[in-house]
Amino acid sequence: MSITYLAAIREAQAKALADDPRVFIYGQDVATFGGAFKATKGLSEAFPGRVMDAPISEDAMVGMAIGAAIEGMRPIVEMQFADFSSIAFNQIVNQAATLYWRTGTPCPITVRLPSGGTAGSGPFHSQSMEALYAHYPGLVVLTPATVEDAYSMLLEAIALPDPVIFCEHKLLYYHLKAESLPVENLPIGEARVVRSGQHATIVTYSAMVHESLKAAGMMAEDGYHIEVVDLRSVKPIDTDTVLASVARTGRLLAVGEAFPWGGVTSEVIARVAAEGFDLLDCPPRRLNARDTPIPYHPNLWKAHRPTADTIYSALTNLVRL
Amino acid sequence: MSPVTAEKFITTYRWMLLARILEDRIASLYRAGGAIVGGVYLGRGQEAFSAALGVHLSRERGDVFGGLIRDMAGRLAFGEPLLDPARSYLGSAKGPMRGRDGNIHRGRPTEGLPAMISHLGSLVSVVSGMLLAKRLKGDPPCVGASCVGDGATSTGAFHEAMNTAAIERLPLVVAVANNQYAYSTPTSRQYACENLVDRAKGYGVTGHVVDGTDLEACLDIFERAVTAALETQTPQMVVGKLLRLSGHGEHDDAFYVDPHLREESSGRDPLTVAETHLLEKGWGTPSDVDAWTADAVERVREAMTQAQREGGPDAAVETWEALASRHLVEGGNA
Ligand SMILES: Cc1ncc(C[n+]2csc(CCOP(=O)(O)OP(=O)(O)O)c2C)c(N)n1
Ligand SMILES: [Mg+2]
Repeated sequence: MSITYLAAIREAQAKALADDPRVFIYGQDVATFGGAFKATKGLSEAFPGRVMDAPISEDAMVGMAIGAAIEGMRPIVEMQFADFSSIAFNQIVNQAATLYWRTGTPCPITVRLPSGGTAGSGPFHSQSMEALYAHYPGLVVLTPATVEDAYSMLLEAIALPDPVIFCEHKLLYYHLKAESLPVENLPIGEARVVRSGQHATIVTYSAMVHESLKAAGMMAEDGYHIEVVDLRSVKPIDTDTVLASVARTGRLLAVGEAFPWGGVTSEVIARVAAEGFDLLDCPPRRLNARDTPIPYHPNLWKAHRPTADTIYSALTNLVRL
Repeated sequence: MSPVTAEKFITTYRWMLLARILEDRIASLYRAGGAIVGGVYLGRGQEAFSAALGVHLSRERGDVFGGLIRDMAGRLAFGEPLLDPARSYLGSAKGPMRGRDGNIHRGRPTEGLPAMISHLGSLVSVVSGMLLAKRLKGDPPCVGASCVGDGATSTGAFHEAMNTAAIERLPLVVAVANNQYAYSTPTSRQYACENLVDRAKGYGVTGHVVDGTDLEACLDIFERAVTAALETQTPQMVVGKLLRLSGHGEHDDAFYVDPHLREESSGRDPLTVAETHLLEKGWGTPSDVDAWTADAVERVREAMTQAQREGGPDAAVETWEALASRHLVEGGNA
């Protein structure tokens, strides 16, 4: 058997629906159609009345989910694309994220964000919004890079008593495959060293883990061993694992697909600079998308986001510093 | 519908009185300075409309009252403990918000009293979600109310929520208190339809209009709306016309309010209207009104005194944890 990242997301939702009567799914085209990406395919038939099509009202979708969570339910909201969660931004960051702290009432909602760029998707179907949500207290923000993580972290997200922003990368949906679904996995909040090395550390997450691994492979041919840390969750961020890696390598490159101003890579650099300055042999570096909207044409898109090649050249410079 | 009984009228009138007296006390403490934490926003002029909704909801039935800025009367009528507003305004750590939030932004979400956030329009879908969940859980039929002002009806969140509630056929009563101003903005700059209730048809919900200063009319309309929501499991939109008889908040002298509006029927004080009505009907005597007033004054005094004695929150023992999953809480000032 081989299972895709997308199928893992569907399987996790099927398991959650089967195991927990409090779980339901709400989103545009999620019922009969099975979701724009088919992440809920077959679920409305298997779980009648628990997979509901929503109108094009992202604010109301999340507001409804919050209300349902107050009443003890465990809603999963599917955004058709991460980009459209901007319409629900207020409900997420002001209503959901503050509820527990203000009132002591937990807000167990999971908002799934089909995130990140794919060729030809353009400015409004490609965004990576994790940094925006991570900025707000009261949210957990997850960015799985593997089939196994997509499955186990989604299940864990649904079980958490807090609002979770689940950033699943569209580029990984169909291409990434695993032999089976995990029974056990690292818990949310722990990063994973996915390749070990001693010359430099890449800290990254989501689809950029795969570009980074390719770049690390290219570096190996040049005789450099690059360690790659997959954050898995960007909020909370596992600073300990990052620092331990930098302690081994002395060099840091933070890689992210999101826009360059602020964000996860800045946070990684800031934390290492503040807590592990003496571990660094040279200034830390970061590599992000360019500071423009995400372009439509593949020629431009490929040059907008970090790729194995640009990460490789950033690493080449880094190890020579 | 049954005609409004003397008993129901008096019960509701007494909630209005309690709200007015409590808010007058809070406003005078605010003006004196020192005791009140943050801003003060009064429901003066809106007591009949708000309380008439509150008395038709039942906590035992599992109903929800999503009160907003000017719903002191409705919240109390629904069953919010008097100490909750007292503690929230005075910043007592023992209040439901524990000093983490205050004044009108208070509630007990698991007891049918969601705590509004400031962002107008955003609570309508939350109340709807509570109703959806109750249906999914197979709870007995109940009703949820969500209160908004004329200004809040212009938000995208309001439109999305009304449309969604209509699609989901939820037993939602949306009470629109058209008090003719949103802060300083008159309704001519807020909407261009003739009456806000015209929107009900567009959303596919039942619309009702009422003179929001007339308690008897408000009791009648909310009994109809709540019953209809319960029986037909569809949203009801009730638009009450009235006038905000205060500034937007107590910092605001409302210089911009057209003085002619105070002369109109919708500019009447609902407490005076109700009092006159009950005296005319012979449902009470002036000395009854005095006794109810004295009772409300005493209850307010007790609650405010107790809340004032209680200390504010202590930053040193605050957990500073915004997640229920404590193991995922990040460290402080990294
Ligand atoms: C989305 C949003 N924008 C702006 C504000 C600031 N604000 C607070 S109350 C208010 C006026 C509200 O008017 P209305 O809805 O008519 O209620 P009223 O105060 O008249 O009861 C405004 C503009 C807000 N709270 N929320
Ligand atoms: Mg108004």
